[in-house]
Amino acid sequence: MLEYFLPRASSFAGSIDQLFDIITYLVMFWFTLTLAFFLYVVFRFRHKPGQKAQYITGETHRQKMAVEVPHYLILLCDLVILGYTFVVWHEVKIDMPEPDAEVRVVSQQWAWTFYHAGMDGELGTEDDIATINELHLKKDAQYTYHLESLDVMHSFSIPVFRLKQDAVPGRIIRGHFQPILEGEWDIQCAEMCGYGHGFMPARVIISSAEEYDAWVAENTPDHLKPDTAYAQNESEKKEASNNG
Amino acid sequence: MANTASATASVGHDEEHGHSESFWSKYCFSTDHKIIGFQYLFTGMAMGVIGGFFSYVFRMHLAFPGSSVPFFGVVSPAAYNSLVTNHGTIMIFWVAMPVLVAALGNFLIPLMIGCDDMVFPKINRLSYQVFLISAIVLICSFFVPQGGFGGAWTSYPPLSSNPQYNGTPFGAPMWLIAVTLEIIAFLLGGINFITTLMNARAKGMRLYDIPMVVWMIVIASILFMASVGPLVAGSVMLLFDQTLGTTFFDPAAGGDPVLWQHLFWFFGHPEVYVVLLPAMGVVAEIICTFSRKKLFGYKMILYSSIGLGILSFFVWAHHQFISGVDPRATYLFTTTTLLISIPVAIMLFAFIGTLWGGSIRFTTPMLFALAFIAEFLIGGVTGIWLGSSGTDIYLHDTYFVLAHFHYTFVPIAIIGTFAAIYYWFPKMFGKMLSERWGKIHFWGTVIPFNGIFLPLFILGAAGQHRRIAGYTAYPDLYTENFQDLRVFATSSLIVLILFQIPFFVNFIVSLKRGKKAGNNPWKANTLEWVATSPAPHGNFGGNLPEVYRGPYEYSVEGREEDYWPQNEPSK
Repeated sequence: MLEYFLPRASSFAGSIDQLFDIITYLVMFWFTLTLAFFLYVVFRFRHKPGQKAQYITGETHRQKMAVEVPHYLILLCDLVILGYTFVVWHEVKIDMPEPDAEVRVVSQQWAWTFYHAGMDGELGTEDDIATINELHLKKDAQYTYHLESLDVMHSFSIPVFRLKQDAVPGRIIRGHFQPILEGEWDIQCAEMCGYGHGFMPARVIISSAEEYDAWVAENTPDHLKPDTAYAQNESEKKEASNNG
Repeated sequence: MANTASATASVGHDEEHGHSESFWSKYCFSTDHKIIGFQYLFTGMAMGVIGGFFSYVFRMHLAFPGSSVPFFGVVSPAAYNSLVTNHGTIMIFWVAMPVLVAALGNFLIPLMIGCDDMVFPKINRLSYQVFLISAIVLICSFFVPQGGFGGAWTSYPPLSSNPQYNGTPFGAPMWLIAVTLEIIAFLLGGINFITTLMNARAKGMRLYDIPMVVWMIVIASILFMASVGPLVAGSVMLLFDQTLGTTFFDPAAGGDPVLWQHLFWFFGHPEVYVVLLPAMGVVAEIICTFSRKKLFGYKMILYSSIGLGILSFFVWAHHQFISGVDPRATYLFTTTTLLISIPVAIMLFAFIGTLWGGSIRFTTPMLFALAFIAEFLIGGVTGIWLGSSGTDIYLHDTYFVLAHFHYTFVPIAIIGTFAAIYYWFPKMFGKMLSERWGKIHFWGTVIPFNGIFLPLFILGAAGQHRRIAGYTAYPDLYTENFQDLRVFATSSLIVLILFQIPFFVNFIVSLKRGKKAGNNPWKANTLEWVATSPAPHGNFGGNLPEVYRGPYEYSVEGREEDYWPQNEPSK
């Protein structure tokens, strides 16, 4: 149902949507049943002149069953939801797939700074590309993100990824995502962070591998671009692996 | 032991002292539990008007961003944050708590258990005085330089602990002092509720003869006392961080900001049940009276509420699924959270069981009680999406949470309170409220309430986050369709606010010119209806009632009357 509002742009968005749907079906079933029964009872037993109410204690075994049976059924539904929840939670927050690329996300009042690996493919080196309020990602690459905050709590939320993670000052929190859809969408801060909280929008831009590489090349200063020898070395390596 | 309090004041106040009281001693410094109940009620209602006004201002801003809001002006981001923060704080701590726990508890407990006052009347008076001071401190905090606190009602540090970050060097500590004082007030009140119930019950009243609403208020008070310790500790630590430069929550100097969240939510989640249970109790009383039925499964409901209370201590981290705590902790907290559906479902099913086979009268209090069940059902079931950590990743801090929260809290604090006021008004003031105006007020409250919050589920599912002052900054979510929903929600709020006018007019006019109520206008069983309306100081005029049966013996076979008061001896 969520895809009706926002596309699924990460590998795990589908799982979260599916869990959402399962809960929706179970909840709507119980909700409709209970509300319909409630309205039926209210309508059927409305006061009519001359008619007395019945004396029912709710203490006999049979009467208690009227409440107990539905609650065992609800418990069963809870177990289904729990099982599926654990699978989804494991996929999104616990399992850390081997990354193809890394990105560092730094939040502060009231902007996001994103550090992308430069042409050397390594984060934390001199050629990292820092951008303000623009996260550039390569489609289908498996990312590990390192989330930190310079001042107060923020929350890194990309609704199209179905992803949210608080940024806690003093900690670096790691997580993962894999963008699967090209395009450009909102990033929001989801934790109250002061006056500018409502005005700290950022964008995530997901491009094809070629476009992304071109963006990286364009944003790397000339003196940091790999020298010819390095580039040749790389292309030789590639050839060797293709042949092998 | 049963009548400890009765020894002190078994006759009316005037007879006891041989003088008539001045306005001040009667209404402002009284130790009479009913007067203290009224003080809480009226203070709570006044604060509700302030909190309601705040919601009007920020909802207008969301519907028409940037334009001037009538009676307020243009809403700045700082003002927006302060409005949402204080709306939340006021509605929970200065409306729901005083009205549902303190006002009802004070007014009802001694009357319903058949004693003449609380066991510690002076502590009771002190409790209200501290509460009043807390309200004054909070209101003053809006007017200090740099304005009131705007770091959300959850007040997460380091934003809340450091004036450099929150920009409110006076507003933030005052907000915190106000909350702490308010908590102290309720601790004082809770001591009375628990002790009074245990020691001052009418002769013959066994534990299972206690009316459900009294049980619920007392269980809520026990929950409050057991959960509030960590918050008081946290508040003092936060206050020290704000004012003395300690670093309990400052990671730069070895503190931990997540610690506050644990302390806060260890209190914050049981707090929901602290206000839920009294409202559930009110509904139990009303549906029994107006369907002329015995409460279905009295013990089942009682034990469910105790189970709910115990479970509520093991769910706090479901507010922190994505806060950076160890992700494995989620497995435990998702499980305990989903288990909460069981006791809540038992209570709701038992209420429906009570209606089954009844002879239902649609009086105004009954309509509110029935609406409570239907609306709270929505609040209850939507909790499942949020209790499941898998979907919480997406829904956390969106309008979905907000809608869910209001579908639990509005039935509790608004619908439940109105049900209680319409039901006990005759006992409080000796007059009947107008039924016709009551019904207009009912429909004008319940229908627009859904108009406000149903659209917010959609906005939340679409990924819109709460507490965001300017949605124009987010192109994906500032679309025509979503803006229409925001305007619809705001319009519904205005309709709801306008329909509160009939209530206030009805209240004041009925107080002066309402029909005389008589002692037991609803033909109910519980002991408060034995006292005269309004009940005098000392409640029962020196003749404390004796109890012979449970509170819900309606439509007993072989009896001509369809009710059987608790104090009427069996023949």
